[in-house]
Amino acid sequence: MAEYHLKTPLSENEIRRLVVGDTVYLTGKIFTARDEAHKKMLETYERREEIPFNPAEMAMFHCGPIIKKKNGKWFVVAAGPTTSSRMELFEDKFIEFYRTRMIIGKGGMGERTAEAMKKHGAVYVAYTGGAAVLAVEAIKEVEDVYWLDELGMPEAVWIMRVENFGPLIVTIDSHGRNLAMEIMEKVEKKKLEIIKNL
Amino acid sequence: MSLTHESLVKAFYELIKKAVTELSPDVVKALENAYEREENVVAKKQLEAILTNIKLAGERKLPMCQDTGIQTFYIEAGFHTPHLEKLKPAITEAVRKATADALIRPNTVNPFTGVNEGDNTGRYIPYISWELVEGNEIRVYALPKGGGSENMCKLGMLRPGEGIKGVKRFVVEAVASAGGKPCPPVILGVGIGGGADLALKLGKKALLRPLGRRNPDERIAKLERELLEEVNSLGIGPMGLGGKTTALDILIEWAHRHPASLPVGVVFQCWADRKAFITIKGDGEIEWR
Ligand code: SF4
Repeated sequence: MAEYHLKTPLSENEIRRLVVGDTVYLTGKIFTARDEAHKKMLETYERREEIPFNPAEMAMFHCGPIIKKKNGKWFVVAAGPTTSSRMELFEDKFIEFYRTRMIIGKGGMGERTAEAMKKHGAVYVAYTGGAAVLAVEAIKEVEDVYWLDELGMPEAVWIMRVENFGPLIVTIDSHGRNLAMEIMEKVEKKKLEIIKNL
Repeated sequence: MSLTHESLVKAFYELIKKAVTELSPDVVKALENAYEREENVVAKKQLEAILTNIKLAGERKLPMCQDTGIQTFYIEAGFHTPHLEKLKPAITEAVRKATADALIRPNTVNPFTGVNEGDNTGRYIPYISWELVEGNEIRVYALPKGGGSENMCKLGMLRPGEGIKGVKRFVVEAVASAGGKPCPPVILGVGIGGGADLALKLGKKALLRPLGRRNPDERIAKLERELLEEVNSLGIGPMGLGGKTTALDILIEWAHRHPASLPVGVVFQCWADRKAFITIKGDGEIEWR
C-alpha cells in the first residue's frame, strides 16, 4: 500500500511497479472521455486516421465535467468521475490502439479491461465518487477541447493540466488483480452467511 | 409582516444553495466517526477525500457533487396557513435561478425526446410532495438527491409469511448488489408496509430524519440497529473498496399493510446526503431550522 507521486507521460516501468491498493497523486496531463468519445476515437483509428492528441502521453479520466467560459477562457466548475463500467465495451481496444497507461474513474471495470492492462502495461485507478470540488482544486488549467460542437460539453474530450490529482487508488493493476471484483466476491459470500443466520 | 413572492424565492434559493453546498452536522459527524473507526487504509483515504471535499465545498459555496439530482421538496403545511398558494411558483422560480447560477446542474430530461430543457423544471418537476398537518406553520425540506444512489432503490413485494426476517434479507441483498455504485457510505431509508407506492415514499421520507435518531418504537429501533450491523458486516466499505463503513445509518418508517402483502421500499442515499429545512410561520416569518 505504497504512495506514489507520478508525472505524465507515464512509463511502462512506473506502471508495472504499481499494485492493487497503492495510492497515486498525479501531476501532468489528463483527457476526459465518456462513451461517445471512445466510440469516436476507436472509429478514427480503424479508419487509419489520426486523432489530434496523443493518449499515450496522458491519463484518461472518465468524467463529464461542468465547464464555464469566462473572458474567453474555460474553467471547471465540477469534475467528479462517472461510472466506468459503461466504458468496458471499448476499453480493451482503446488501450491496445492508443496505449494509455492510466485510466481514472469510479466503480471499477471488468475482465476484458483488466486483461488488456496486464498485456499492455496499464492501470485503473479509482477516484472518490462525488468529490467534485476536490477535483476542481487539482485542475490547474483547461488546455484544449476536441469535438465540443459535435459531442456536447459532458461527452467532449477536455485536455486538462492537473497537479497532485488524487487520492487515486489502484484497483486494477498490470499483474491481473482487480480489487473491486475481489471485494465483491467476498461480499457475495458474506451475504449468504448473513442470510443463513437471520 | 406580509410574505412576498420575492422574499420566498430568495428563501428557497438559499435553501437549495444550503442543501447542495453544506452537509448537515449529523452527516458530517457520522462521516468523521466513520473515519475514526476505519482501519483499512483505502477506506480511510476515501473518507478523508470526502471530508476535504465537503470542507472545500462549504468554504467556496460550490456544489459538493456535480450531480445535484432532480429537485425534490417535501412540504408539511399547516391547515391554517395563509401562504399555501405562494409556495409552488416561488419554488419553481428559485430552481430556475439556482440552475442559471450553476449551483445545480440541468438534470431534467424528457423521457420520450431525450431533450433537456436546461432549467431543471418540467412535467411534475420540481417534484413537491405535500402533506397537510395541524397548525399554521409550513415546513419545507429540500432533498436534492443524485441519480447514482436513486438508481439503486428497490421495491420488494414480499410474501407476508416471510415476515421481518424476509425484510432483513431483502435489505441485505439490495445493499450487496448495489456494491460501490451508490457512492457508499450510504444512508438507507426503509419503508415497510402500506402499498407499493407508500413503502417507497416512507423510505424516502425516512431520509429526512437526522442520522442516529432511532425510531421511537423500540422494536423498530432494534431492527434498525441490527440491520445496520448486518449491512456493515458485508465489507463493501467506502466507494466499494472495502472497509467497515458501508452504511452510516438505516432509518425505518412503517405503515399498516394488506393481509396479502408485505411491501418493502429500500431507498439509497449517497454520502452526499443533501438536505435542508426551513419553517414559514403563520405571520410570514422564515426560520432556518
Ligand atoms: S451517488 Fe451521490 S456522491 Fe455519487 S456521484 Fe451521485 S450524487 Fe454524487
